[in-house]
Amino acid sequence: MREVYGRRDYAIIGELIEPGTRVLDLGCGQGELLAWLKENKNVDGRGVELTSASVQKAIARGVSVYQGDLESALEDYPDKAFDYVILSQTLQETRDPLRVLRGMLRIGHRGIVAFPNFGHWRVRMAHLWTGRAPKTGLFPHDWYDSPNIHFLTVLDFEALTQSEKWRVERRIFLAGNREVHVYPNLMAEVAVFLFSGGS
Amino acid sequence: MITEVATTTFEKFDLDAGVTLSPVDVAYETYGALNAGRSNAILILHAFSGDAHAAGEGGWWSNMIGPGKGFDTDQYFVICANVLGGCRGTTGPSSINPETGAPWAMSFPAVSIGDMVRLQKMLIDHLGISRLLAVAGGSMGGMQALEWAVTYPDHVAAALPIATTARHSAQQIAFNEVGREAIMADPDWNEGNYYGSKPPARGLAVARMVGHITYMSDESMRQKFGRRLRAPDQFEVESYLHYRGNQFVDRFDANSYLYITRAMDSYDLTQRRSLTSLFEKIRTRFLVISFTSDWLYPSYQSLEIVSALRSRNCDVAYCNLTSQYGHDAFLVEVDEQAPLVRGFLASTLREITKEAPVKAVESSEKVKAWKAFDVSGRRA
Repeated sequence: MREVYGRRDYAIIGELIEPGTRVLDLGCGQGELLAWLKENKNVDGRGVELTSASVQKAIARGVSVYQGDLESALEDYPDKAFDYVILSQTLQETRDPLRVLRGMLRIGHRGIVAFPNFGHWRVRMAHLWTGRAPKTGLFPHDWYDSPNIHFLTVLDFEALTQSEKWRVERRIFLAGNREVHVYPNLMAEVAVFLFSGGS
Repeated sequence: MITEVATTTFEKFDLDAGVTLSPVDVAYETYGALNAGRSNAILILHAFSGDAHAAGEGGWWSNMIGPGKGFDTDQYFVICANVLGGCRGTTGPSSINPETGAPWAMSFPAVSIGDMVRLQKMLIDHLGISRLLAVAGGSMGGMQALEWAVTYPDHVAAALPIATTARHSAQQIAFNEVGREAIMADPDWNEGNYYGSKPPARGLAVARMVGHITYMSDESMRQKFGRRLRAPDQFEVESYLHYRGNQFVDRFDANSYLYITRAMDSYDLTQRRSLTSLFEKIRTRFLVISFTSDWLYPSYQSLEIVSALRSRNCDVAYCNLTSQYGHDAFLVEVDEQAPLVRGFLASTLREITKEAPVKAVESSEKVKAWKAFDVSGRRA
């Protein structure tokens, strides 16, 4: 959602997060969401971000961000240190997504993950008709310069929550600025899951 | 900028070494005004060779402290004091031992980073400030900031340890030892008894030359000097180091060099307990900054602190700023550093007041009045 963050998307995360809670945003960029949550939801927010320039902007706006790799950063935090751990538009870029997701539920009571849905009909059509690695508005990169190294769909994530015995508390599917209610695996561009469980 | 230059004297002070110093002078400067709620005070902690003159003309961090700067004196009341063992107004080996009427020299008791911080705490109490908004410093100043946060967690809302470490590495100790040896190898050092005669200028200058090499980086030296010649038989870099060395002799006491470097080398925050257990009860917010080219205080040392803080779920922001200036970066990278400091301080103030920053209301006269209270000595 980072790229398409309008007020509406803040509202979605804002709706999921209870006021006055502790929130960790993994891959928080310039800390816009955390600053918004602090302002509007009075959360105690922390962030992890790799890019120095983004970290500088985040700290300058008063957000406590740690500059480091999110996959190793997860290991330092104590168990259940946060009420929510957010991973927005980054899951498909992590080296070991399952380890990241499990780590999120170790250090947080709940995880919020938002990812681009590789099952969206445009992606399927692009692959089917061109016979090449799909390139769409949602996945705008060429195969050789894409940061995405794992491609997952809504169904894939649902299946994982079942095999890991995580509880999905909320699921929100988006296409553009609209919420999708039918055939999410086909129609959703972005999926947002609020889930809990794990060790 | 409202500026105060003062010295206060405390009747006695107990050192970690088990010795009591009596009396102890502390030279300090303040900039800006304390607000009505006394909630906007920031203690700046100087590095090894620094002094109380942090801001204003010729101040060692004047690019960071002042109206509208990183530490904005229009908003904050900034304090900086010369450290114990120093030679710029605070009691140190060049001070007079009241029992003998002669300078202490090497009979001065060993001082520690903990001693420096406890003396600063006395100064802060004396100034009527119960809780500092922040403590901040680079290098040895950063060690003091850490010590403050660990020793007085309820009296510090935020700490900014910059380009620093929880304990010196073998390499850091090694460079300090070369400096100490250079001083003691100078015949003019005379077992430390050179006051009133010729100081060990050669030794102290060489010590400083080594120091300056460690403060720069290969890249910054290449850009600043390259292989350029100053004279047919002298490289630019040689001339620079000689200049810096000689300049240092005019403002620094060789015995203070020995005492303060010893205090830095002995400092080990992890000696008492592990960092993670030290940080257990800490509610202080942290902004930790390191610099990519700083090989004297490499970023892994900052990360050690940050990891321990994170494992305690402390509120910590960390950034490894890109710079080519080596350890000197914390003194020169203003454009990079100032926005971080400004944002961090503003959010800390918001946090503790839970409202917009309180405007500085106390007049300079009032500040003078409560400062004058119990100030027994003022140095020229």
